[in-house]
Amino acid sequence: MAQTFHRSANTVFVVTLIGLVLMVGGLIGLAYSLQGSPYVTRAFDARAQPIQFSHERHVAGNGIDCRYCHTSVETSAFAGIPPTKTCMNCHSQIFSTSPFLEPVRASFRDDQSIQWTRVHDLPDFVYFDHSIHVNKGVGCATCHGRVDLMPLMYQVQTLQMSWCLDCHRNPERYVRPREAVYQMDYRPPSNQLALGQKLVAEYQIQKLTSCSTCHR
Amino acid sequence: MLKDDPKRDDLTAVRSRLRAASGPEYWRSFDELADTPAFQELLHREFPQGASELLDPVSRRTFAKLMGASLALAGVTACTRQPAEKIFPYVRQPEEIVPGKPLYFATAMPLAGYATPLLVESHEGRPTKIEGNPDHPVNRGSTDVFAQASILGLYDPDRSQTITYRGEIRPWGAFLTAIKAAVDAKRALGGEGIRLLTGSVTSPTLANQLQQLLVEFPAMGWHQWEPAGRDQAREGARLAFGEFVDVQYRFDKAQVIVALDADVLGCGPHSLRYAREFSERRRVTGGRREMNRLYAIEPTPSATGSIADHRLPLQAGSIGPFALALAAALGVPGTPAASAPHDYASWIEPLARDLQQHRGTSLVVVGDEQPAAVHALAHAINQALDNIGRTVVCTEPVESSPTDQLSSLRQLVADMEAGKVDALVVLDSNPIYTAPADLKFGERLMGKVPLRIHVGLYHDETASLCHWHVPAAHYLESWSDARAADGTVSLIQPLIAPLYSGRTIHEVVGAMLSKQAGQSSYDILRACWQQRSGLQGAEFDTFWRRALHDGMVANTAAAVKTVTARTVDTGGIPRGGKGLEIVFRADPTVFDGRFANNGWLQELPKPHTKLTWDNAALMSPSTAERLGVERGDVVDLAYRGRQVKAPVWILPGQAPDSITVHLGYGRTRAGRVGTGTGFNAYALRTSQAPWSDHGLEVHRTGGHYQLAATQNQQTMEGRAIVRSAPLEQFRQKPDFAHHQAPAPPRALTLYPEHEYKGYAWGMAIDLNTCIGCNACVVACQAENNIPVVGKTEVSRGHKMHWLRVDRYYTGDPERPTAYNQPVPCMHCENAPCEIVCPVAATSHSSEGLNDMVYNRCVGTRYCSNNCPYKVRRFNFLLYQDWETPTLKMLRNPDVSVRSRGVMEKCTYCVQRINSAKIEAEKANRQVRDGEIVTACEAACPPQAIVFGNINDPNSRVARLKAEPLNYGVLEDLNTRPRTTYLAAVRNPNPEMPDAGKAHEAER
Repeated sequence: MAQTFHRSANTVFVVTLIGLVLMVGGLIGLAYSLQGSPYVTRAFDARAQPIQFSHERHVAGNGIDCRYCHTSVETSAFAGIPPTKTCMNCHSQIFSTSPFLEPVRASFRDDQSIQWTRVHDLPDFVYFDHSIHVNKGVGCATCHGRVDLMPLMYQVQTLQMSWCLDCHRNPERYVRPREAVYQMDYRPPSNQLALGQKLVAEYQIQKLTSCSTCHR
Repeated sequence: MLKDDPKRDDLTAVRSRLRAASGPEYWRSFDELADTPAFQELLHREFPQGASELLDPVSRRTFAKLMGASLALAGVTACTRQPAEKIFPYVRQPEEIVPGKPLYFATAMPLAGYATPLLVESHEGRPTKIEGNPDHPVNRGSTDVFAQASILGLYDPDRSQTITYRGEIRPWGAFLTAIKAAVDAKRALGGEGIRLLTGSVTSPTLANQLQQLLVEFPAMGWHQWEPAGRDQAREGARLAFGEFVDVQYRFDKAQVIVALDADVLGCGPHSLRYAREFSERRRVTGGRREMNRLYAIEPTPSATGSIADHRLPLQAGSIGPFALALAAALGVPGTPAASAPHDYASWIEPLARDLQQHRGTSLVVVGDEQPAAVHALAHAINQALDNIGRTVVCTEPVESSPTDQLSSLRQLVADMEAGKVDALVVLDSNPIYTAPADLKFGERLMGKVPLRIHVGLYHDETASLCHWHVPAAHYLESWSDARAADGTVSLIQPLIAPLYSGRTIHEVVGAMLSKQAGQSSYDILRACWQQRSGLQGAEFDTFWRRALHDGMVANTAAAVKTVTARTVDTGGIPRGGKGLEIVFRADPTVFDGRFANNGWLQELPKPHTKLTWDNAALMSPSTAERLGVERGDVVDLAYRGRQVKAPVWILPGQAPDSITVHLGYGRTRAGRVGTGTGFNAYALRTSQAPWSDHGLEVHRTGGHYQLAATQNQQTMEGRAIVRSAPLEQFRQKPDFAHHQAPAPPRALTLYPEHEYKGYAWGMAIDLNTCIGCNACVVACQAENNIPVVGKTEVSRGHKMHWLRVDRYYTGDPERPTAYNQPVPCMHCENAPCEIVCPVAATSHSSEGLNDMVYNRCVGTRYCSNNCPYKVRRFNFLLYQDWETPTLKMLRNPDVSVRSRGVMEKCTYCVQRINSAKIEAEKANRQVRDGEIVTACEAACPPQAIVFGNINDPNSRVARLKAEPLNYGVLEDLNTRPRTTYLAAVRNPNPEMPDAGKAHEAER
């Protein structure tokens, strides 16, 4: 009786099997990398804003401290988006006729909020508190990136839970001295781990990974 | 469809089971006691059968369509990303506001005239949570259910929103013109024919305005009417002391208290203070081995009765004779010696002896619902016992103009009848619904008054019969003032601008005054206080700011008066009656009906009955048996020629042949929530006997009505859940609670020990002082964004309250002893729920919290199945209202709003824990004891709930947990609950006839 399958069928079968495994693995890998990719997290995606506000100009160019605008970062969960009045402190004098700033003036005139699009948007079931992070030596740039180099604001981290946990499990890798929290061009020293451990002890940083730390 | 229809009470089975019983015998309901198969089935299921099935009849075709659509939609949603969010910063940020940080403002809630001083939490201009004012002497930070739930009333979308004239929308200006024209037309006659109808008034500013109005229009009439008012107490004090005085009790000085139909701890303007002071003398912690003694004699079980050491169910009409017998035994002058024999004779003598032994430290209290003569007699008893000036303090009246409101209303009706009333202005009152039925207020009002104006929160029954309706501003939107029960004035400041352009009463009355027309209530209030304080300029500003900040005006408490009770005329005391008695009471949750549209209060299980969404004809088991009715049977209540259909509820501890009906239900124009719930008991209430009377007839109709009670759900089978002992036994064996069900050794577990290095949160609840008032339940609901599910869902076992108050009984169903037990999540150290969750949505925190992660939960309900305490709640349907804009403003922004398919439960207010921890960390210190106050603890009037860090041996909670009375519920399961209880200790008088009986259970 003649064989039903040609000899080459063996090879085809083996290749198919391996291919199948690779494909499934590949799909999982694809899904995994897609999940953390900027496509999903919207990192590096500069959102359209009502005003082309440049952090680069204001932070690097003018040397304005983060806290001049984000006033509640040290006291509240919410860092604070400056009221129009804060813009007008300067812009009633500087570029007071610039067409780019018309929305600011309109807001001030009509008593209507400027409607910013949120860039760093955590899910609603996450309760993040800025004040405790900056008080424990987490720099602005650690999460928000080099804002002083961003003409338009975008997110640089995934803002996913694994990223949060990375630091919550190993804070010594990321903390910096309190006085450098608002320093944009701070570079971790070569002995970051040693410094980090010292700061963790000094600031009594706890490795909080209980669910209710962030979810409630 | 549902298998858990109200089951018939098998009284024979109950009796036989009780006869056979020995040892601790706590029971919660007749079903449990009767051990019916239906109850057994309910007991062994996590949720009642059919609980998880969709009730609506869905055909196969529809089902297929729905499934197809949801599959497709589920696929689509998976592809979407989080929608872009907008941030709206301030244009000019107010100085005090830090976004993300709440502010607290002192204000006060007026209820039936009296103020409850409050501190209201506000998030960026939205009030979200009510707390009591911790500095105010009347409540010291505690609140009642009404104050807690009033925040929902503010955001109620059913509140009336526009000024209307004959149903058409009108501007405020048009109303001003109309009311001005109406009063001007009568100016020459001194305002004759114009009548005002208000509730009780304590507001100095409103009183001042009304006085000015009466000066400007001397012939104008002002009537006051509170349906659940204090007419009889007011008149009783006048009878006894010869003038209007307010009577205040000093429970902190009273050792022996006799409450005659008086729910002094549970309701009334003084209740928060009384509950706190009463509980201070009742605690047996910190080495104290003495406690006060409370006798409650009442027709219907109340909060006060539930904590009493001796409780006698007695018809309301027999309370007077009881008081008379007691007075005679005490030798009170003017009381006749022993009258006819009665079944409470054995009580009188030992009770009188106990009172005699505590002259000056005893107290006889009579409820507001008892006739004036009984009040006067009680004052005479207190006088004879030297209590006046010690435990009873009389002060100047707090009300601006104390009057007999029933006669005031009667006068108004008579004048309307006679055509003497040309214009009636109803200010925040609903007489069409609340006036006694025999006055026929509606019919007379309709025909005979040419101009009718109504100012109120809702377009209610009265508004529908008035020409003009002006939406009133909620107290959280108003500038006003009011006096608390002790007389201290609180300024009421708005937390938010009126949501629906409501107007305050001050503005409406101001519109009638020539001097104040068009003035805002702020101007009127300030002007009044400028005049009262006699201060000017900067001095007044300081005074004003201080009063607003503190929530009270210093030194405004009513002045104490030295008075002597006169010998009483006992002629006015009812002699009791024959046949069935009807007892009217304000509802413990919707009050006189004004809160009928408040979903939180509607769904709040009422003390004792645990009924929600309905009132019922409450009767004792023996009465029900005699009448041949069972729970849920619809009966015709016939009284003085009027009839009302009502469902029956059998209530252990109700006086025999006495049927209690609660007012406040059967509203026809309450709003979406309140309209059509329950039956209208006002339809039976007459002006001759507003609170109780004999002559009721009950007829069976054969109908049946489903009542939704939370009673049989989450039952904790017959274990030593509540532990209790008489004081004597406690003295001999302080740790008696541990012998009732010993805990296993700590090592007896397969799971590794958790280690709690930092904080370890825990709670202790004192069953000795809990009065079951429910304030904690509503406080929890407000704090944690807990939805309302509705009557149908409650009857299917789907209520969502994270904290419930269980009520247990011991002894004879006719005269049971009751115990209240608030049950939040136990936060077990060996939590059975955690180990069964397949997705780790509930897990153990490093501080011992039993965390619930909503976004992880997939709704398997294994955790709830495995929870021995049944404290987990599941969102079977989409209970939360995600649509109504005003309700979005109500939510606490610090707590996730849960959606369908998610399990939830008490978190120990983890948002408050985290916020306190963050503040402490920033200041580089430990969280101080008492810094974290859970919502339930903050509200609790008797301060029975204490939360804190059990790793700190000096914390209040750790000290309570070290008490011998401390025990964990079901600790024999080795769950190691973090919430523990202090066993109840009762202080029975060994000479009393029921001393042995009531407490034999704890042998």
